[in-house]
Amino acid sequence: MLYVVIIFLCLALLLYVILGGADFGAGIVELFTPASAREQLRDTTYKTIGPIWEANHMWLIIAIVILFVGFPPIYTLLSVHLHIPLALMLIGIIGRGTAFVFRHYDAYEDEMQKVYNLIFTYSSFITPFFLGLIFGAAVGGEIDPEAASFCEGYIQPWFNLFSFSVGLFTIAICGFLAAIFLIGESNNPTVRTLVVRKAKQFIILTVLAGGFVFLASIVDEVPLLGLLLKESVTIGMLILATLAMIYLWFSLKSGNQIRIRLLSGFVVSTILLAFGYHYFPELIILKSGENLTFFNSSATGKPIETLAWALLIGSVFILPSLGYLLYSFQKNKVTETH
Amino acid sequence: MDDLFAARSQMALSLGFHIIFACIGMVMPFFMATSHYKYLKTKDPLYKELTKVWSKGVAIFFVTGAVSGTMLSFELGLLWPKFMLHAGPIFGMPFSLEGTAFFIEAIFLGFFLYGWGKFNPWFHWWTGMIVGISGLASGILVVAANGWMNSPTGFDFVNGEYLNIDPIAALFNDAWFTQALHMTLAAFVSTGFAVAGIHAYLLMKGKNLAFHRKAFSIAIFFGAVAAILQPISGDISAKDIAVRQPAKLAAMEAHFETSKRAPLIIGGIPDVEKKEVNYALEIPGALSFLAHGDFDAEVIGLDQIPEEHHPPVMVTHFAFQIMVGLGMLLVGLSFLYFISLWKKKSWQVKRWFLWLFVAATPLGFIALESGWTVTEVGRQPWIIYEIMLTKDAVTPIPGIVYSFIVFTAIYISLAGIVTFLLYRQIKALPKILDQNSSASSNP
Repeated sequence: MLYVVIIFLCLALLLYVILGGADFGAGIVELFTPASAREQLRDTTYKTIGPIWEANHMWLIIAIVILFVGFPPIYTLLSVHLHIPLALMLIGIIGRGTAFVFRHYDAYEDEMQKVYNLIFTYSSFITPFFLGLIFGAAVGGEIDPEAASFCEGYIQPWFNLFSFSVGLFTIAICGFLAAIFLIGESNNPTVRTLVVRKAKQFIILTVLAGGFVFLASIVDEVPLLGLLLKESVTIGMLILATLAMIYLWFSLKSGNQIRIRLLSGFVVSTILLAFGYHYFPELIILKSGENLTFFNSSATGKPIETLAWALLIGSVFILPSLGYLLYSFQKNKVTETH
Repeated sequence: MDDLFAARSQMALSLGFHIIFACIGMVMPFFMATSHYKYLKTKDPLYKELTKVWSKGVAIFFVTGAVSGTMLSFELGLLWPKFMLHAGPIFGMPFSLEGTAFFIEAIFLGFFLYGWGKFNPWFHWWTGMIVGISGLASGILVVAANGWMNSPTGFDFVNGEYLNIDPIAALFNDAWFTQALHMTLAAFVSTGFAVAGIHAYLLMKGKNLAFHRKAFSIAIFFGAVAAILQPISGDISAKDIAVRQPAKLAAMEAHFETSKRAPLIIGGIPDVEKKEVNYALEIPGALSFLAHGDFDAEVIGLDQIPEEHHPPVMVTHFAFQIMVGLGMLLVGLSFLYFISLWKKKSWQVKRWFLWLFVAATPLGFIALESGWTVTEVGRQPWIIYEIMLTKDAVTPIPGIVYSFIVFTAIYISLAGIVTFLLYRQIKALPKILDQNSSASSNP
């Protein structure tokens, strides 16, 4: 049953990065769009993610609940030592979620829109940054439960080049996912040209940021590159992701929306799964080397069993309705445009 | 401000904030669905407008509830890691189920808000109902988790270790039902009166009368029925905590000395030093009766509880008095409404009548927050009743006071923006209604 829980946790995190990430990415793309085209981009964004955005963010809640029910030592350790970036990420989540809805539901379109847009774009930017930073810090090996000083205990674990690089990489991935996703959603030629250009820029950025992560791992002495390259499975996955990315680049023009979406999802999932495979079963790398794994920090017995059942039963309700939600709005969009 | 107090304040603020939006988010869909139902049955376009106007409110409140709820799922760890380390696996069951319910709510809200004209009308109606039902389910589940903190079950506590954990037994702890019942009714009372109050105010302004009359009638019906049922639920709760958490009852009633034929104390200012209550109205034997159903029964006072385990008497007592007082006031108003409905239709257009309901707009929520204060402060100094002290659960990271200041600022701004948005929705109403009524009369 522990494996059921582990699969759900990984799945929830993966879906949050992809679906929630595309949501954040929409704000990131907007942030880097010239003011003249923003209005049209916003319309497209709203039509695309309006009906599903709330659902996209539920994956984070599912992941958090799985962590504190199934792996309480991990949840508490992260909460204590990464308190500051977690709090900053929360501020981003609050700002982004509310500004996105408020700007649509404000009865008047006036100066306030600027305020909502400002909050929306900047919080879309900082939230994935801190999310990535937290991932980076978890495996960065700087967390030290025995730390004596404030700085060693609560700052150093995340205030380092490696964590920052993973944060930047996450931003790049989010922008990449959103730009690709928006290509299929815009009938407006200006927006279309814009998002195709953005997609290319974010592909380049993702590759650069990925390189930066490896560079940072060398500077911060996080044993990432060497170990990754020792495992044939991870090498294979990273090569696959790279090939898919190249194929994607040349598919952008063809305009086959389904293909480019699947490719972008494939690229991101493969990268994440490669890292996941590399670290599994370790979740947190501690300074002392006594790492927290799925196995040594899970609850045992009934809590894990009931959690697994709750997740299985829950997915029977969630997955069909979520699928139908996505299906109906895709279908309706098609009938509307034709 | 020390870290423990800052952490408690931040938690209180976060919960106090979330609770308002969560309650509105779980009750409004039912108002919306009622109006939607009437539209589908009568084809009166005003009901369609009302459904749409309310659904905008639901969207605004839902998102605020959702982000503040996400915030809470992190804050439990950010502020109380030692509590979550042990409690997580035990009381996680309601949270994992709540995750599902909340997810369903978000999915169906998407269907409902964006589904106008896209689905079969009755399918669309059901999506709105499912938003309400799953919202209600998540509310009940979260309260069940809080119930576990008041009535920890589902494990054996042996030498500081939590053994033989049974999450199902923890979910169905002794407090879950009484608390969930009281909270659900409170959500209906507070939202019903708040929404009715706003529409009563708009009725007094004299525009779009037919529209606001319909809105008022739906909201107040739910609010009034719930308000009249609430004292029964309160009585069940009182009898429950008299046995289960005597310290909380003693603090609520400022009942210092264990006694038979204990008096019910109404109002008054407790003097904790001298262990007496000044300026209070006392009804002899009534506390014994309310707590145990017998005027001569013994009610445990604070004297039987070690001093270091006393909850703060002042706060608990005042919060309880406010809750009961306002609750009773709303019961009175509810009866007044039903009298007007059955016997005195003419009252409903009178200024004094509307004015009463306008004045009652915030009262339900004040009562709700007071009630929440009673249950949370009344559990102190425990975070898990008689198992773990709140001070032992707090995070080791120093400087929580800064976090408290930042999040206070965020919550104040959010509350400000939501109020502002609501104000603008209301201000824009006459225009929207005029446009649509002229549109619907010339199809």
